[in-house]
Amino acid sequence: MDSAAIIGVGITKIEANKVRETFADMVWEAVNKALSDAKMTIDDIDNVITTSNDFWDGRTISCMAVSDASGARHKNVSCVEGDGTFGAFYGLSRVFSGSYGTTLVTAHSKGSESVSSLITNAAFDPIYDRVLGMDMISASALQARAYMHRTGATPEQLAMVSVKNHGNAKYNPLSQLPMDITVEDVLASEMISDPLHKLDCSPVSDGCCAVIIANEKRASQYGGAPVWIKGVSFCSDSYFLGDREISKTASLTKAAKKAFSMAGILDPAAEIDVAEVYDAFTYQELMWLEAMGLSQDGKAGMNLEKGVYGLKGKLPVNPSGGLLSGHPVIAGGLIRIAEIVKQLRGEAAGYQVEGAKRGIAHGVNGLCGQSHCVWILDREK
Amino acid sequence: MTGIFDGVEPMVVRSRINVPYTWWAGETAGAFFTALRDEKKITGRKCAKCGKTYVPPRKVCPVCFEDGMEWVEVSTNGTLESFTIVRRQLASLPRKVPVVFGLIRLDGADTSVLHYVEAGDLGMIKIGMRLAAKFCDERNGSINDIECFFPA
Amino acid sequence: MPKKRVAIVGTGQTYHKSHRPDVNGQELINEAVRRALADADLTIRDIDAVVIGNMDHFEGINYVDCWSVDGSGGIMKPVIKLTTGGTTGSTLAIGGYHLVASGFFEKVLVIGWEKNSESDTTGAITTAFDPVWDRLVFAGAISGLAAEAQAYMAKYGATERDAARVSVRDRKHACNNPHAQLRREVTIEEVLASPMLADPIHLLDVCPRTDGACAVIMASEDCAGKICSIPDWIWATANRHKYTYLGDVNWGELDSIAEASKEIYAKTGIREPGKEIDVIEIYQPYSFAGIIWIEDLGIVERGKGAEYIWSGATDMGGELPINPSGGVIACNPIGATGLIRCAEAALQVMGKAEARQVPDVNFAISTGFGGCMWTDMLLHGKRKPDF
Repeated sequence: MDSAAIIGVGITKIEANKVRETFADMVWEAVNKALSDAKMTIDDIDNVITTSNDFWDGRTISCMAVSDASGARHKNVSCVEGDGTFGAFYGLSRVFSGSYGTTLVTAHSKGSESVSSLITNAAFDPIYDRVLGMDMISASALQARAYMHRTGATPEQLAMVSVKNHGNAKYNPLSQLPMDITVEDVLASEMISDPLHKLDCSPVSDGCCAVIIANEKRASQYGGAPVWIKGVSFCSDSYFLGDREISKTASLTKAAKKAFSMAGILDPAAEIDVAEVYDAFTYQELMWLEAMGLSQDGKAGMNLEKGVYGLKGKLPVNPSGGLLSGHPVIAGGLIRIAEIVKQLRGEAAGYQVEGAKRGIAHGVNGLCGQSHCVWILDREK
Repeated sequence: MTGIFDGVEPMVVRSRINVPYTWWAGETAGAFFTALRDEKKITGRKCAKCGKTYVPPRKVCPVCFEDGMEWVEVSTNGTLESFTIVRRQLASLPRKVPVVFGLIRLDGADTSVLHYVEAGDLGMIKIGMRLAAKFCDERNGSINDIECFFPA
Repeated sequence: MPKKRVAIVGTGQTYHKSHRPDVNGQELINEAVRRALADADLTIRDIDAVVIGNMDHFEGINYVDCWSVDGSGGIMKPVIKLTTGGTTGSTLAIGGYHLVASGFFEKVLVIGWEKNSESDTTGAITTAFDPVWDRLVFAGAISGLAAEAQAYMAKYGATERDAARVSVRDRKHACNNPHAQLRREVTIEEVLASPMLADPIHLLDVCPRTDGACAVIMASEDCAGKICSIPDWIWATANRHKYTYLGDVNWGELDSIAEASKEIYAKTGIREPGKEIDVIEIYQPYSFAGIIWIEDLGIVERGKGAEYIWSGATDMGGELPINPSGGVIACNPIGATGLIRCAEAALQVMGKAEARQVPDVNFAISTGFGGCMWTDMLLHGKRKPDF
């Protein structure tokens, strides 16, 4: 794969309700943070990719709301509708195509502005499924039950993911829900949809992220510290929940294999130093780690119990606090990328993984992990 | 962006998006719902190439990408693949909680259908249990012509 | 310099209709996809990635790229959705180009679709505009276009009759296109007598609502020549999505198409587009645009658009035929429309346009339009680009 790097990142604070800010305000903040981080001006940006979702934004052509704020007025610009990791992929391809030397990628949403349950219910097929009234939470609960049945993962192990991630968030000033909780707290929290308790679920959040991708030549032009993209791949599974083996994620396994192969990684669990995975729900962190091969199948819960994934463990997972601590949809995966960039630069003060050289960032699109995008990032070219 | 906005009360504009929808089910789904409504039958389509039987039916096999598919009737009985008991009154639910969603693999089908599961004692619902479809007396050609699946 | 040069090697479209009750959305998509595969003599297994788009609120389905995999052939493949409103189709074409040019994928399936019959088009479009400032006073796409027409007419003296001549041209061209929705000619008098929608735009000046899908297969130079004998090479892409608020727009000129085309001409060394371009498939949602935007494209001087149209230069047989397919006025499945322009330009270059073929096409332009007076543009060529 050609060389390209991420040379700037900007994340807004993730909050339950940014009542003082519009989408454009959030993008303005994130973009300026990223430009300043990269020591660039907007004129150094060759093209822009925004990432948004018309349903979440309550706005057809949702990209229009953030076009000016992302500096796109006189530039080539496009919009990906999907998780930010996918937007960043397209942004990267526009650099590799040779058309542009730098791409600014943004991703945003304000969960506070809608009723999440209705927004995610709209992802269900209107002909066969939607009228039954399932949404993201109940669908994920059904998947969690299947995963636990197949692997023997326990409610306590799921709860430990929540304890770990909310605990990590205490050291991340941008997170929405830093919390000191115990396994008992999670199991005692309201049962929303069996087996998922309230503290097994990510919150509704507002937030935005921007990253700047540059080709090899431009990566060293502005004085910042580039983080190199070594492998990236995405893949979608079948759509209907009943068409898939819901306790596994074949599409993530395929995407991860491809990304690791591009990066020349033979033993992911040993060669990856830090991971930010899409933990919209506790069970998902365990399930995705196994599907990616960062854990043996069925063993992620046990590894978690042993401390493997804690901040001081062998493979820290979601040191930022993850989505459980703040989940602006669409931005979620791009924030995972930005957090890994910070880790690999040694700039994650308070939750820094010591000596992290190589990391994995992961995003999800669709219900129950239908579609995944995996990024392998490295401090070295 | 600070300073000039201090003390300014944030204003919130409330509105709804009202776009009415009428989805064409298409002939394939149409045939499925007609069989549900008129004959209390659950049908699927089997791909001539890979032999997979899809319920709900598909016009073209999504994997082989060929339209050599034939209609088959599948059983109204099946096995519960997974389920969830919804306890919080989520906004998308048309019924009062507790609501049980299940993925049911009907005998003869290679995919599972999403529907409700009802049982007197929710604690008895287990993955692998056998269920049977309960049809509504009044049916009008929708997935709700099946009221739920109950322990067989 | 692109990493890989990219060509279109196959296209497929549905026979677009005002409504298609016999299929649901993903079945509609599947029709176009299978036609494109057949056109390129490929199977779905040969496709490395799928890029798809539509405008969500027209079908009311969230995460459509996920929902449509049964029809798009995206199961266990990379699938990504691009959407930018009316420009979606051309945005998708540009997306396919970059995904192949980047070297990530050798063969990419690009799909644009819409089932406009399933919803209230104006109701959905109105939600594109800012809920605090514009939405409450905005009356759908037509009113914005009327503002443009009024501004141009005031400056340059063009008339409704001039615009009607554009409608007549496109509706006549559509009769050669078996895929077009509206295949009956209209006369100038019929256009002027049709109901006034928003002064000065009459019903027959604008596009219909359509259910339709289009699929285009883009391939890298490493295999394009093996797939078809005359691939359609994508020489350059450019776009401008300039405005958000209606009050910001420079009414009476389409700056976005002026800027985008200037960028493409500069990249590819085109100095006299009126002479060097052989055919244009322009996303022209209403007739007046046919006069105004060819000036912004640099085909004719400012203010001379109407004269050029009346000369017959843009009719079939003329020196620069525009919309041999009949264009948007004859057919508008919005999420597909921009991609249909791209597919039609490809057919022209590839020599596959049958009754609507323009002879000796070396260069073609396809454009997309939407949003707040936005433009996407692609330059297609018969020769492989030498850069």
